[in-house]
Amino acid sequence: MANSKFEIRNSKLKTKQITLPLTKDDVMKLHVGDMVLINGLLVTGRDKVHKFLFHERLKAEQIPFNLKGMILYHCGPIIRKTEKGFKLIAGGPTTSMRVEIYEHQIISEYGLLGVMGKGGMGKKTIDALKKNSCVYLHTIGGAAVYLADRVKRVVDVWKLKEFGMAEAMWLFDVADFPAVVTMDAYGESLHEEIEKRSYSKFKRLIK
Amino acid sequence: MLKLLDSIVELYKKAASSLPPDVENALMSAHAKETKGTNANSILATILANIRLARKTGRPICQDTGVPTFFIKVPCGVSHIELKKAIIKATRIATMEIPLRPNAVDILTEENTGDNTGRGFPILYSEETKGKTLTIDLMLKGAGCENAGQIYKLPVDELKAERDLDGVRRCVLDAVYKAQGKGCPPYIIGVGIGASKDQVTRLAKEQLLRDLKDRNKYNVLANLEKRILNDINKLGIGPLGLGGKTTAIVVKIGVNHRHPASYFVDVSVSCWANRRARLKWQIRNSKFEIRN
Repeated sequence: MANSKFEIRNSKLKTKQITLPLTKDDVMKLHVGDMVLINGLLVTGRDKVHKFLFHERLKAEQIPFNLKGMILYHCGPIIRKTEKGFKLIAGGPTTSMRVEIYEHQIISEYGLLGVMGKGGMGKKTIDALKKNSCVYLHTIGGAAVYLADRVKRVVDVWKLKEFGMAEAMWLFDVADFPAVVTMDAYGESLHEEIEKRSYSKFKRLIK
Repeated sequence: MLKLLDSIVELYKKAASSLPPDVENALMSAHAKETKGTNANSILATILANIRLARKTGRPICQDTGVPTFFIKVPCGVSHIELKKAIIKATRIATMEIPLRPNAVDILTEENTGDNTGRGFPILYSEETKGKTLTIDLMLKGAGCENAGQIYKLPVDELKAERDLDGVRRCVLDAVYKAQGKGCPPYIIGVGIGASKDQVTRLAKEQLLRDLKDRNKYNVLANLEKRILNDINKLGIGPLGLGGKTTAIVVKIGVNHRHPASYFVDVSVSCWANRRARLKWQIRNSKFEIRN
């Protein structure tokens, strides 16, 4: 099978370092297929965080972390509370598509410039990425130990008691955290391309 | 029961942090098949590194340790009630010790119980068996791939799926096409065919316990498994859905008799992290072994 036009450029030269918080200029330099290594502070959020932020429409000061320019990582980690603080045991991405109905509004209202997860997202998010100069990053599903070791420190948490460990918003300090750009601010989506190609193969297999 | 309790905690550890060797080997072959410098090749390299790291450090391979699902064969004379108690207690201990991610959420209050126990949680299937050995299979299946499963009642017009084995092939392809990368491929696909919804769903999931290298006892199904796997891998979805040759590593099919009016097909999709482990407990001397 021919390689995708968005094949990951995974030679060291093409890997881009990105530092958080992002700027719109940073985002516009990213294209589908780019391999990135992320450094700095990012937040996690999955089903409950999305539903909450979507309906409550909070002001920036009502959230303990500054979400402007942030990456929101779809992740429900395993974290152990120790005497020295929180310790991340395992934390890979969760399926992003479940928050498709919320994400477009979260991106525009809270000023996120990146969303990270697995499996890709749909049309509403593609449009929101374009409109808000935001990017979707895909990281490696199931590689929870490997990825946890790219998190230097669990800095803080919000809504732990209310939402529980897997659903709280965690603030992680990451170093060289690997991901691939699969949906960019130019409206391109690797997921859309793969789905289209697989659709024509599927149709042939069931004709 | 104390020793049994400890051994169930060990079973959890094995299942959560050590991928079965047949699955790991299949992923290694997939890695070798995917062209160097492609999405698929680099993703599989990271997945393999993660598998080794999890085993070495005893940490869960994936943060989603799923809904613990037990398939139990109980010899005559062992109390199902006591066994259930031991499993629930072991679940609480394993959740704290390993640790597992607490996943049991109350539908009514939306609260997480924090210890992986609740109504119908974990899931227990038990049946009586001959002999003096208690066998407990534990499956930890993440929700990303559980959500990717589908159930069909044949015929399905838009798939041109009639009530026959080719109809089954069409359903499986439809399920995988719909799943795309959302359930973390390369997938292990379990298929159950039979008379009723509840039965085929369980049958499909049981196929995920099979050794990847075993051969279906029915030739026609062994051939169908191969054919469907071959078709799936033409879809080009690839590891994690970012393109490639390996969308699934195996298809396993189980059949029951059906009703003249019913032809149910359940497709259970497992992510690459097909976590399972088996505890064998000798009743006579309380000796046990855990393998996966």
